[in-house]
Amino acid sequence: MTQSPTTSLQIAVAGNPNSGKTTLFNALTGLRMKVGNYPGVTVEKREGPLTGTNAVLLDLPGVYSLSARSPDEEIARDVLQGRIPGVRRPDVVLLVLDAANLERNLYLATQILDFGAPVVIALNMIDVARRRGVVIDHAALARLLGVPVIPTVASEGEGLDAIRKALTSCAERPPARRPWSLPPAFEAAVEAVAAVMRRSAAVPPRAVSAGALLWLMDYLSGDAPSRRSAERFLGRLSSSDAAALRAAAEALAAELPDAAATAIEARYEWIAGIAAQVVSAPPTAARPGEGATDRIDRYLTHRVIGPVFFAAVMFVLFLSIFAWAQPLMALIEFAQNAVAGLVGDRMSEGPLRSLMTDGVIAGVGAVVAFFPQICILFLCLGVLEDSGYMARAAFIMDRVMSRVGLHGKSFIPLLSSYACAIPGILATRTIEDRRDRFTTIMVAPLMSCSARLPVYIIVIGAVFGDRPWLAAGVMFSMYALGTLTALAMALLFKKTLFAGPRPPFIMELPPYHLPRLSALLRTTWDRSKLFLTNAGTTIFAVCVVIWALSYFPRTDEQDFSPEVRARLAALDAAGPAPSAASPRVGDGASHAARTADPSLLSQSSESRANLIAAERLRLSCLGRLGRFLEPAIEPLGFDWRIGVGILSSFLAREVFVGTIGITFAVGEADEESVALREKLATAVWPDGRPVLTPVTGVGLMVFYVLACQCISTLAVVRKETGSWRWPALMFAYMSVLAYVGAFLVFQIGARALG
Amino acid sequence: MAAISKFAAAVRSLADLIPGQRARVAAVSGPAASRNRLLEMGLTRGTVIELIRVAPLGDPIELELRGYRLSVRRAEAANVSIESA
Repeated sequence: MTQSPTTSLQIAVAGNPNSGKTTLFNALTGLRMKVGNYPGVTVEKREGPLTGTNAVLLDLPGVYSLSARSPDEEIARDVLQGRIPGVRRPDVVLLVLDAANLERNLYLATQILDFGAPVVIALNMIDVARRRGVVIDHAALARLLGVPVIPTVASEGEGLDAIRKALTSCAERPPARRPWSLPPAFEAAVEAVAAVMRRSAAVPPRAVSAGALLWLMDYLSGDAPSRRSAERFLGRLSSSDAAALRAAAEALAAELPDAAATAIEARYEWIAGIAAQVVSAPPTAARPGEGATDRIDRYLTHRVIGPVFFAAVMFVLFLSIFAWAQPLMALIEFAQNAVAGLVGDRMSEGPLRSLMTDGVIAGVGAVVAFFPQICILFLCLGVLEDSGYMARAAFIMDRVMSRVGLHGKSFIPLLSSYACAIPGILATRTIEDRRDRFTTIMVAPLMSCSARLPVYIIVIGAVFGDRPWLAAGVMFSMYALGTLTALAMALLFKKTLFAGPRPPFIMELPPYHLPRLSALLRTTWDRSKLFLTNAGTTIFAVCVVIWALSYFPRTDEQDFSPEVRARLAALDAAGPAPSAASPRVGDGASHAARTADPSLLSQSSESRANLIAAERLRLSCLGRLGRFLEPAIEPLGFDWRIGVGILSSFLAREVFVGTIGITFAVGEADEESVALREKLATAVWPDGRPVLTPVTGVGLMVFYVLACQCISTLAVVRKETGSWRWPALMFAYMSVLAYVGAFLVFQIGARALG
Repeated sequence: MAAISKFAAAVRSLADLIPGQRARVAAVSGPAASRNRLLEMGLTRGTVIELIRVAPLGDPIELELRGYRLSVRRAEAANVSIESA
């Protein structure tokens, strides 16, 4: 074996999507795995020990080929070639083939065998093949391919011991020649490229021949990602070596104009020969469809029943993240308040206590509040994926999505974004094409997420509360506005930033499977945990910053405006405030309202506390910023109090209602708060005009529909796209849309209504 | 002869098949990315393909080849020229 005694055996698990690769990986590791991402990309990296040994299994992304047209393929190929920093070149490759779909699976197999590393083949789902009456002579296959072939049924644990034994005792393969041949000109080019690679030692010796062929395929494929990959490799060579490779490729292109396609067909021809020798299907063998899958699909992709069923599935998905997560979210909120109260009671008054309760605990809360929705969404997506329905959903919705230049697979991420853009953005990982994926990510935050709902509720309650039909219509319009804007922006992005040839829609429709609960729960947990650690850090940090902006500089009563001081004096004259309540007030109204038993506080002291909190916020950095920006938001019909609410909302929209609760001096408030609703409805500008009219109310909501006020989303987009460029662009374009939208509503509305 | 010419006249690409009809791949054209992917998925010359069904909204379509099911848009299917199986 190649490994030294001090390092453990490194095994890569490779295979097509839907080959049962992950099920086999789970069974071999007993679900004791670590999940993470490969450096720089969001391709999931799963690693675990081979049970009973000190070998390490690395689950590669499921791919159909080792071309470099998708991030998954690139990762799989780079791992096999030992080109990823921090990931060791595998000593052995466990190659999982779907026995019921052998020919197409053998395509990847021949590419991996080319690399010359020791390979063990798991001929998986052999039971499905048997049931179809397909008999595979695995001994003959092993002889023809020159590697051990072990029939397995990963879901039943069949063949696992034999796999384990084969993996740990697998010997170095004698360097074999590629068993299939190419036209002479192609062979000559491969040899020329291989000679340079051998000399430059850019590729391990045993992989030189495979590397040469792969590089030529990249260079000559004619599509942009493959060419980029070929150029990247050239960049690692000396200029003379790079020139030699280029010359060899150009010479081949001149002689054999369609070299890449020729190579693919040559491989398939050889595969057909192998299949003819090892696969025997009696004439009565059932076709793949004539099983349960076809019977199910007759309904689920039926012209009428299909879309109805799809709508029902989406409704349940929607309901589960929207409604079923609520109790858990309420629980988390309750716990957060309880902890804040507890900490508040045990700490003495001052900046530290405020930092703990309104900064740290609120920050943790902002992160954890998403957690139930994220978990539930990942669970639902896991069920859809593992069962095979995800592909049908894309099959049904593709026509609609392609109208705006998107892929059928964009539908579920966008739908999920109605609950929360974060899991929606994470769900775009199934979209292979980068331009499709980035377009979907860029428009996902326009879908009205559940965090906007409290804003809609409080504003609609304040201005349309007495007209329930109108209120419902306005609410619906907000959702429609978000959706239509998202689709329009998708079209715009596809025509400008992400313009280019339309990516192909070529998608396997795998047979249906019953998802396995243990694996499902495991992936849900791992993915959700990844969210907590990745996005959580940023969200938390920003929460503390916003807290600081709203807390400092600390002001005392003598700093307050004469008007507020006069009102405070009037309150004091009306009735003496209980002395016990006064020191509490220093920490801000939210804390006072949380810790003090309301029944112990007289009405006057409560409004005194609220007045002080409102004035302190007005004089804080955040308040100053709000007042500084008032001229800019006045054309939208907003005053500084709403401005501060909007500013604090950039942290998370949920904060809006709480913040305007303070700026409008009603203390602790939520969207059900009658006091806040009344205060909003009666608030006036200095000249006596009402602040919140139906027009400004709609304007405010339009602003919230279109603005990207969610630092968590931006953090996740940064993580998923690998650059700050995309979240910056997202923030910019959505802010412009929001401003223009609210401006138009206010200016047109105010004129139309006189 | 009449049957053959009818096939040739009406059915020139995969996109022209109706559910249940089979054909043999003659050639794959189109943009490099989609062409290479189709070839890699096994739509090589001579492969027998059956159109299984059409999506509820008319596009994409579901194919069977080499013992598995594949869906492609009509735009991709139109680049796969066929001959009678």
